[in-house]
Amino acid sequence: MSSTLATDRSAEASESGSTAPLLEITGLGVSYGRRAVVRGSARRTRVLADVGLTVRAGEIVGIIGETGSGKTTLARATVGLVRPDAGSIQFDGRDLTALGRSELRDFRRSGRVQYMFQDPLRSQDPDLTVRQIVAEPFAAIGALSRQERAVRAEEALSLVGLDAAEIGSRTPGQISGGQRQRVSLARAIVTRPQLLLSDEPVSALDASNRNLVLGLLDRLRRELGLAVVVISHDLGSLAGIADRVAVLYRGRLVEQGPISEVLEYPRHPYTALLTASAPSVRSGHRLLPAELRAPVGRDPWPDDVGCVFAPRCRFADDACRTEPRPAAVGGPSVPQDHESGAPEASAGDEASAAGHTVVCHHAGSWRARLG
Amino acid sequence: MSRPAEATVEPLRAESAPSTGAHTHVPASAAPVLTVEGLDVTIGRTVRAVRDVSFSLARGEAVGLVGESGSGKSLTCRSVLGVLPPGCRVADGRITLSPSTDTAADGATDADVATLPASESAELTALPRKQWNAIRGRRIGAVFQDPASYLNPSLTVGGQLAEQLRVGRGLSRSEAYARAVELFAAVGLHRPAELYHQYPHELSGGMLQRVLIAIAVSCEPELLIADEATTALDVVIQAEILELLQSLRKEQGLALLLVTHDLAVVAESCDRVVVMYAGEIVEDGPTTEVLAAPAHPYTEALLRVASIGDWGRRELDIIPGRPPETGADLPGCRFADRCAYVTKECTAGPVALRTLDGGRRARCLRPAGPSGETRSAAAADPGLPVPQGAAL
Repeated sequence: MSSTLATDRSAEASESGSTAPLLEITGLGVSYGRRAVVRGSARRTRVLADVGLTVRAGEIVGIIGETGSGKTTLARATVGLVRPDAGSIQFDGRDLTALGRSELRDFRRSGRVQYMFQDPLRSQDPDLTVRQIVAEPFAAIGALSRQERAVRAEEALSLVGLDAAEIGSRTPGQISGGQRQRVSLARAIVTRPQLLLSDEPVSALDASNRNLVLGLLDRLRRELGLAVVVISHDLGSLAGIADRVAVLYRGRLVEQGPISEVLEYPRHPYTALLTASAPSVRSGHRLLPAELRAPVGRDPWPDDVGCVFAPRCRFADDACRTEPRPAAVGGPSVPQDHESGAPEASAGDEASAAGHTVVCHHAGSWRARLG
Repeated sequence: MSRPAEATVEPLRAESAPSTGAHTHVPASAAPVLTVEGLDVTIGRTVRAVRDVSFSLARGEAVGLVGESGSGKSLTCRSVLGVLPPGCRVADGRITLSPSTDTAADGATDADVATLPASESAELTALPRKQWNAIRGRRIGAVFQDPASYLNPSLTVGGQLAEQLRVGRGLSRSEAYARAVELFAAVGLHRPAELYHQYPHELSGGMLQRVLIAIAVSCEPELLIADEATTALDVVIQAEILELLQSLRKEQGLALLLVTHDLAVVAESCDRVVVMYAGEIVEDGPTTEVLAAPAHPYTEALLRVASIGDWGRRELDIIPGRPPETGADLPGCRFADRCAYVTKECTAGPVALRTLDGGRRARCLRPAGPSGETRSAAAADPGLPVPQGAAL
């Protein structure tokens, strides 16, 4: 069942030397059951298909994509909160998808992988103090003595730049939004995890606090060697800290690679649309979003055949409509120039092609069709 | 939709570049549509959350109101709409909605003008509750952050727009249907006739926001207030909504008050920017000039932490410290304890909003000049944290 973008692994290996990846997801598929609201509509909705992702210790990987693209599901599957129905999730050499119920529970309780939830107000018990919240991962499994927990909680709080003496005995309602998010981060790192999955850690924060929290993630990965997966839609600040980025669209990975390269020179039209749409205080040289949107009034595209982005893609043609999407599970292999996505001009440029994969029929040619 | 949208974006960027160009599409003599003078809003009896806020909007002008949460920007725009939260009241100041002089000449509203309440100057702070109905939804439209919560889940979206048209403009049932379908098409919704019969839960967040914009502009208001209207949306949809607001502004001569915490959004879409901090305006002026050379240290700090559209690895700056408690009474500048250039005089007494060259104002004793010369004597950013991301 486990198929992946073959280039992923080889390219990653060459990029980061011989270190074995901490997390290696291959061919991941997740679908949710749906109840029959309307007659006969009970079926499973595929939310992730054939997703591959590799994360090494000390690396920050960003995941971007729109609402409903499967970002959160990918993160939840990684911590074992959602059962995948295809593919494998190797964490430190162990296949999480093969674990039984109680083994998975033990794994989650080991605190080696932590999840930082999107909304701190809703993921923090309003009646607990900050100290108790941070020590919760231990309290939940009955580990450590009361004093040891307090020491570890203070340690974690100081790692995120909070003074336990000052805010340790306050409740979430009595601290600011930026502090709450840092408390969430402290709770996530108190077990000294190897991997942190952070779901939209900054979407509710203003620019200064956003930079503060992302800066902390950056510091933690350097000081603790923590591997971090950050889900964010703020491309600019993500670019400031992340090493690599994976772009999801409707449950499929459409592009993946070193973040500055992917954002600077997107090879997938969807990534290009994302970067063009991101607001910035300087008007630059970049493409205009309107240049990348599909013309209005085009015939509806058939769903589930061909490229997943084709219905919204300005550059889609019959090939995108009918040919199975490149690198689909069990699908025919894609011609090399398509999969590598390198434009003809820079096909020989190995440095820029390293680890940069794109799933597009016209990855190398769509730019030429811009007006 | 994509073509006209493109057309509206390009000229905007081009024309906001030169200093005088920002207002080119606004008639030079344009009387302000909205004037806010000396606005004070208090929470409870004593907490002054908004202090002495004055600004104005001309017809067809887009003004961005920027600030962190708690800066008073939302209270300011809610005062204009007359929908302050319980316990808050306008303690002082005037909010004047002027008739847009050329509405009648436009003929845009032709017969409907008669059925509308007379477009006359209205002082909103003292307006009796009943008269608000003639203003809110008709002369001032508004869209907010969470579109789903402003629509009735048990009525079709088309029905809700038609209701507004029938109540607000006195259209008949069939006229309202026809106009609603037109409006849905005008805000870029596909298959408007089918969409008319859909319920809010069947639509995505971006589509709902378009529906709300259609409702907000259905009575052809003079002013549209967008309070964090794009904050909850994806970047792709956000860009589409901002383009839509721009094209409405162009086509209908709508004045737009865009309230946001994101300086980048203002940079993309506003002629002028008003920066608020701890309840006060600290700087305002034409967007391009303010962003090119901020006069107030807070604007400078905001700019430093904003998205710069550069995808390289870089230091993520922060603004050290935190804003004062809402309504705190401080003797001097309210930004002083976070300011890198603070001196003794800053905390000695109140700092007035001074008028600078080029239609700009700043509440700073030593505002930076166009090239930052005034403050350059101060040590270079002593208050900044040590950059963190230098390694790797």
